Amino acid sequence: MTEAPTMEAKAEPLLLPLDSWHREKGGRMVGFAGYAMPIQYSAEVGGGIMAEHEWTRTSASLFDVSHMGQLTVAGPGAGAALEKLLPADLGALKECRTRYSLLLADNGGILDDLLITRTGEDAFRLVVNGATKHDDIAYLRANLPEGVTLAYHSEMALIALQGPLAASVLDELMPGIADALPFMGSASRGCSGTHLIVCRSGYTGEDGFEIAVCADKAVKLADALLADERVKPAGLGARDSLRLEAGLPLYGHDMTASTDPVSADLAFAISKRRREEGGFAGADTILPLLAEGAPSKRVGLAIEGRAPAREGATIMAGDRVVGVVTSGGHSPTLGRPIAMGQVETSLAATGTELSIDVRGRKLAATVAPLPFVPHNYRRQGGK
Amino acid sequence: MTRYFTTDHEWIEVEGSSATVGITDHAQEQLGDIVFVEAPAAGTAIAKGKEAAVVESVKAASDVYSPITGEVTEGNAALEDDPALVNTAAETDGWFFKATISDPSELEGLMDAEGYAAFCADLD
Repeated sequence: MTEAPTMEAKAEPLLLPLDSWHREKGGRMVGFAGYAMPIQYSAEVGGGIMAEHEWTRTSASLFDVSHMGQLTVAGPGAGAALEKLLPADLGALKECRTRYSLLLADNGGILDDLLITRTGEDAFRLVVNGATKHDDIAYLRANLPEGVTLAYHSEMALIALQGPLAASVLDELMPGIADALPFMGSASRGCSGTHLIVCRSGYTGEDGFEIAVCADKAVKLADALLADERVKPAGLGARDSLRLEAGLPLYGHDMTASTDPVSADLAFAISKRRREEGGFAGADTILPLLAEGAPSKRVGLAIEGRAPAREGATIMAGDRVVGVVTSGGHSPTLGRPIAMGQVETSLAATGTELSIDVRGRKLAATVAPLPFVPHNYRRQGGK
Repeated sequence: MTRYFTTDHEWIEVEGSSATVGITDHAQEQLGDIVFVEAPAAGTAIAKGKEAAVVESVKAASDVYSPITGEVTEGNAALEDDPALVNTAAETDGWFFKATISDPSELEGLMDAEGYAAFCADLD
């Protein structure tokens, strides 16, 4: 028996600030985005992808996402400069507010997806994907005007606390934080002498927070969170099944540099003013697609039976190839296989009956609305 | 009855010219939560070292190789409804398939329980 590799492993992975902490907790480390990261924790301590997934949906889980790139872009005209590369309305973004956005190439392809927060009149904080961060930094630096500078905060760790009880847990450590932050709100806070940047966000479909902390204080913060019995650590495996259930695309899988925002079904990230005015990388390609539709589109797929359809599986309509699965697996919440894929736009309507080729067998699949499991965000703040 | 183990983490229990095949407890522990098993149907020809079944955990699909050449006489139907049997009873009720053994000499070179335990200890 051999295991198909799903994570790209490198010979000498970098170590996360919490590396020893994960190993002490029974973390099973794998190579991901150039780092050794926990895919799950040992079953002996109550871990396992299903258990960690379930715990996140019902309580609160701690995820180490320190592989992600934390950047600041600042200087006169920083907002206008970033608007040339991102389709967000940064002019309308208030201080301490966060938006999901896309880093775009001139040909309309998505170079990365990211969160951007305004931290000052001419200052923004970006959190980008780990596997793409060095390319992102090079691209941003090459395209930002003189006077607008980019700093990469490699000295910062990032810890996500996700789940319906995350706000209650964090509010005990930082009284008032739950009421102060609505979903996609951000704040700088001191906590036991440590400076933290807290953003109410995440990628599990649950309420939660992403907390930036100096690497040398990361263990202290992780220990403080885990001291609450409502919190358990969770790994990459659960993170992947949670985001799939939440219908959230994963960069490098559900979208790549050859996917435009309309095909990726991320047109919501192109704000109204930017649609009217254009003026961002790839606008010449993307704006016509917005008006006329793209040839293919990201959809959800509900699969009959128990066999999961994985990334790369062919989607068929009758005997005709009409698309490809971009991520797929077992949904622990629903107890059945689910997937996302690119299909021809004419076959992208909810309820369209298709099939997926898995090892030569055709599994019946139906286009399903996303998310598969409803989001549980607290847009008004509170616990 | 004699039980052998492979370096690919399958077990095979031999009784005369019949065998029962599954994956080891060590293998299921490494895979994590099993959500689907594709066991071969009766009548399927299998060959030593070739793919005979597929086991899917939450995160990935893995091939299960046959330790012997022969013909499948039964796939474990219980795994269709309860693939998690592989997690809870890998080396008993969670067997994958039963088969005839064409060439008993293929069993030579497989490990016994002690040998397999030592093999796994070396992996850690």
